[in-house]
Amino acid sequence: MEHCNACGTAEQAEKLRAVIESSRETPGCLMHILQEAQAIYGFLPIGVQKTIAEGLGISLSEVYGVVTFYSQFSLKPKGKHRISVCLGTACYVKGSDKILAEVEKQLGIKCGECTEDGLFSIDSCRCVGACGLAPVMMVGEEVYGKLEPGKIKDILDQYRREEQ
Amino acid sequence: MEKQVTLKINNIPVTVPEGTTILEAARKAHIEIPTLCYLKDVSCVGSCRMCVVEATGARGLVAACVYPVAEGMEVRTNTEKCRQSRKMTLELLLSKHKKKCLSCERNHNCELQKLSLGYSVDEDRFKGEDYVLPIDDSAPYVVRDNDKCINCMRCVAACRNQNVNAIGPIGRGFHVHIGSAFDMPLSESVCVGCGQCVVACPVGALSERSTIDEVWSALANPAKKVLFFTAPSIRATLGEAFDLPVGTNVEGKMVAAIRRLGPAAVFNMDVTADLTIMEEASELINRIKTGKPMPMFTSCCPAWVKFVEQRYPEMIPHLSSCKSPQQMFGALLKSYWCEKNGIAPENVYTVSVIPCTAKKYECHRPEMEGDVDAAITTRELARMIKTAGIKFTELPDEEFDNPFSTATGGGAIFGATGGVMEAALRTAAHMMDGSFEVLDFFAVRGTNPYKEATYLVAGNALRVAVVSGLKNATELLEKIRSGEKHYDFIEVMACPGGCVNGGGQPTLSDSVRNTVELKDARAKALYSSDTLNALRRPSDSPVMDMIYNDYLGFPNSHKAHEILHTSYHADKRI
Repeated sequence: MEHCNACGTAEQAEKLRAVIESSRETPGCLMHILQEAQAIYGFLPIGVQKTIAEGLGISLSEVYGVVTFYSQFSLKPKGKHRISVCLGTACYVKGSDKILAEVEKQLGIKCGECTEDGLFSIDSCRCVGACGLAPVMMVGEEVYGKLEPGKIKDILDQYRREEQ
Repeated sequence: MEKQVTLKINNIPVTVPEGTTILEAARKAHIEIPTLCYLKDVSCVGSCRMCVVEATGARGLVAACVYPVAEGMEVRTNTEKCRQSRKMTLELLLSKHKKKCLSCERNHNCELQKLSLGYSVDEDRFKGEDYVLPIDDSAPYVVRDNDKCINCMRCVAACRNQNVNAIGPIGRGFHVHIGSAFDMPLSESVCVGCGQCVVACPVGALSERSTIDEVWSALANPAKKVLFFTAPSIRATLGEAFDLPVGTNVEGKMVAAIRRLGPAAVFNMDVTADLTIMEEASELINRIKTGKPMPMFTSCCPAWVKFVEQRYPEMIPHLSSCKSPQQMFGALLKSYWCEKNGIAPENVYTVSVIPCTAKKYECHRPEMEGDVDAAITTRELARMIKTAGIKFTELPDEEFDNPFSTATGGGAIFGATGGVMEAALRTAAHMMDGSFEVLDFFAVRGTNPYKEATYLVAGNALRVAVVSGLKNATELLEKIRSGEKHYDFIEVMACPGGCVNGGGQPTLSDSVRNTVELKDARAKALYSSDTLNALRRPSDSPVMDMIYNDYLGFPNSHKAHEILHTSYHADKRI
């Protein structure tokens, strides 16, 4: 079996192998394996998907079809700090599209992408259950509410300072 | 006996076996329900909603292609509600369809166009978001234009039925499109080029990579001698493009039509089908004698060869080293024919007419590049004949040009599953035992996708198998790998039913494909031609005598190896 050393460590490859081995006989195991693989690697690059396809004896095209169908799966690496801007109804009517645009502008990347230094990645989500604080975004597990575009730079700078 | 169910469709009583769908039952009542995503033997998922009907006991409209009948059910297929729903479906499909109908090769042969006409649809009622997808013309055999795609999934089903799985739906909702994993070019995917997706496509999203323009240029070039040769199955299918019944043998008119396109000669590819058998049968006997890897697989089908190289590279030593009839013909024309006629090979332009898209890839394989300059499908030949204004059905019957006109019935049946095996058995058995005179090997005939038989020849039990469709080939390979089955000689054709059902054959309308057994009707034309031929065994052909006496010496000679044999290379893909 081809291991995905190019996109991860030997330890990650071993974990993935174990996941495939333990669930390959279960019907409909692809979703579970993809979730586990994403937990191991943080995203699902081609090498990981090939390993899964080969391990299950199915085609890469089938794996890729499932990965691109569900928004929970990512084809791109995620940053150390994962930003998730809520575009749910309450946040949206409170202008969260402008918040997302500001985050994108500040980081110079688009939603779904990761900064070159690997520090931040941006995603959108639908409702984090904090509608009273709308518009809301999360950075990692931290929730930031009652946002305005003007506040974004300060928030990001906090995380940048932590790194230095 | 199966339980029977009686129902009424548009007030007409019909009795059908339990479990029959409304669509099938309606056909019994001589009512056609429109379909798009449904295609007999290929796809039945009930997703396009064109076949919606009203049925008692059901909430709302139901998809006739998947909805089973019930006792006492009353079905109405042509109500205002059905028509409005179908019309809306078509309008929505057209909202993001690239409406380049005039230049589309499926113009007048497009299911979407036909239905739109039937339902008086305005093509611009809804304006969809502009979602422009790139055209994938990376492969030398198939072109995909996803802006014409209606996501019916018939190509995906065809690819899955072949167990190739090169393509699938990517993404979700409005942005869903069909492509290879990671949107990689088709040429880099696991695709083997069989073209079953092309003949399954109801619209113009998939087509062969056409080389018509190159052929026209060669025909117009006074410095080039253009030599055409037609594969065995073309005579059994070309007529369909001119509205002749499925299974009409049009060999004479085909030759006459090509001659009127202006080439220097029109040759019969059955000749190199015979030659393939001479070489392959000798190789088989040699393998049996010398203990070389057994079983031996046929190698005439380039999609099958590509499948082995990509999926089962460890099986490569089992593939016959013989080139396919197309490649043998190209090689023979550029060597033997050129020498005989004192013409430089670079002044010759060889055009094969093939039922296949994979053959377009085969002629560009680096091992054989230059033997065949252009490979055109049955569909492309039909287009050329139409463009040239040739009244096909009014043509006289004409004969192939010498010296490559006479071939045996064994060569003709190459175009159907089991044909290569039968032709090989006729010859190999006779080579092994000169008193072996059997010419009919019924057990390997017919469109059954997996056939096996054992023949006793010169004291040897020859265990043979014939499969068509790559899913069946996979099944057979797995049985061999696991040791469950042991064979000596195996014929594989990638397309279900063989070349008569190839990816380059005329695309008939759904109304024909859903009711006529194409594979059987087309194969029948080839087997009748075999029966009528006084020569049935390839080794009895005078043309074989000529080629070997004049040029090659004997089968599997050094020279024959140089010109008629090839090699394969592992190219493992996932």
